[in-house]
Amino acid sequence: MAWRESEVMKVAVKGDNTAFAREIKELCGQDVLTCYQCRKCTMGCPMTFKMKMKVNELMRAIQLGLKEEVLSADTMWWCVSCETCSTRCPQGIEIVDVMDVLREMAYKGDYYIPVESMESFHKVFLRSVKAYGRLYEMGFALDLNLMLKDPLKDADLGPVMLTKGKLKLLPDRVKDLKSVKKIFENVKKLEELGA
Amino acid sequence: MKYAYYPGCSLESSAKEYDLSFRACCQFTGVELIEIPDWICCGASSAHATSHLLSIALPAKALVQTEAMGLHQVIAPCIACLTRLKVAGMEMSKDENLKKDVETVLESSYQGNVKVRNVLDVFLNDVGLDKIKQTVVTPLRGLKVACYYGCLLTRPPHIAQFDDVENPHSMDDLIQAVGAETVDWSFKTDCCGVSMSLAETDVALHMTNKVLEGAKDAGADCVAVACPLCQSNLDLRQKAIGNKFGTFYNLPILYFSQLMGLAFGATTRDVGLDKVIVDPSPVLGAI
Repeated sequence: MAWRESEVMKVAVKGDNTAFAREIKELCGQDVLTCYQCRKCTMGCPMTFKMKMKVNELMRAIQLGLKEEVLSADTMWWCVSCETCSTRCPQGIEIVDVMDVLREMAYKGDYYIPVESMESFHKVFLRSVKAYGRLYEMGFALDLNLMLKDPLKDADLGPVMLTKGKLKLLPDRVKDLKSVKKIFENVKKLEELGA
Repeated sequence: MKYAYYPGCSLESSAKEYDLSFRACCQFTGVELIEIPDWICCGASSAHATSHLLSIALPAKALVQTEAMGLHQVIAPCIACLTRLKVAGMEMSKDENLKKDVETVLESSYQGNVKVRNVLDVFLNDVGLDKIKQTVVTPLRGLKVACYYGCLLTRPPHIAQFDDVENPHSMDDLIQAVGAETVDWSFKTDCCGVSMSLAETDVALHMTNKVLEGAKDAGADCVAVACPLCQSNLDLRQKAIGNKFGTFYNLPILYFSQLMGLAFGATTRDVGLDKVIVDPSPVLGAI
């Protein structure tokens, strides 16, 4: 297949371009440098159809040290952590662990997150866990709709689930909420120390 | 057979019928469950997409609590919870520094003696197919079931350590043991897209449609699942899928434990059959 000039990404590699891959290995133990582009990850990925940068392309970009391009990529935000790529990788790379590290790096580095809805999803989910110790499903869905500026989204499902006894109107709160808050606080403290 | 029980958030509301039917099956087969008192959420994918330490600390709490109950095994029916609990246990056993950090976060120590078990594994290997066959009073004769395993029951293999990773059969074995027929199909371990279901619904519909289409093409009367997230995604979205893709599958999505419970002689109410959205009574009518 011939590539048009406009489709080719030109990369100038300066100095040691493996630093980024080594940083990732340090954080999650996965050595992306062993990837030889067989593309089993991309072929098996159920989300390939949404990704602008495919999984194998992301692996290659990491090898080339393209940190900015990787951390602003959409790949890890479409990833549903189904583990198909990790299972099939002939080099045994736990690709989902790499995705997790990239998401964490993108959050902490304040990168633009191209799939905004998924960023909201994670934020609202953890807010519920922090507040009640458990996921308050109905509150979570309503909160998420507000964040997505689509308050009536799935409004038809609410009544169906309520009549089937599948939604609780009020949250289930754990008794020892203090220790839940403590977990979140302690994680933050330790992570700040580490950084 | 005594186990700590970690129901998880879904089993308390949207998957209440999983909790009911699983507890019923345990009673029939002599599995004793002791619910972990005041358990907390495992953090699911939102914790591991945000902070590694948080994603280990939240589920590790259940492991610490299991130890405090004097038990060595914990059952998590929700496959998402199951995986988080397993990952937490495994990563702490491999990484002493991580274990120390988690103990600091939880302000309690963990000996590392808890085994995390999935429900299918317990019924197959602890209860055993013989005992299950003996417990059946109403065999589900003539019912054709597509067993759907989803992502995390078998993946990634070093965490799940269960069944064949690409073509699992453990649920098929259980469903056959209670007298039903299971169909061969290609979508047993394909992702249903549930994590996109609320935030990117169209994407989820596209994926769910493929799974439902596969089950229907294989001639299934219903789909059996073992995960509350798969169940709600496949069951709740069938109307939207019909509107979008033009096919109304009308395929009941049942927990494997609902089918087993019925075969063991539980009433439809005992197994929460009234809570399923796509009405299963036409396909279960004869039974």
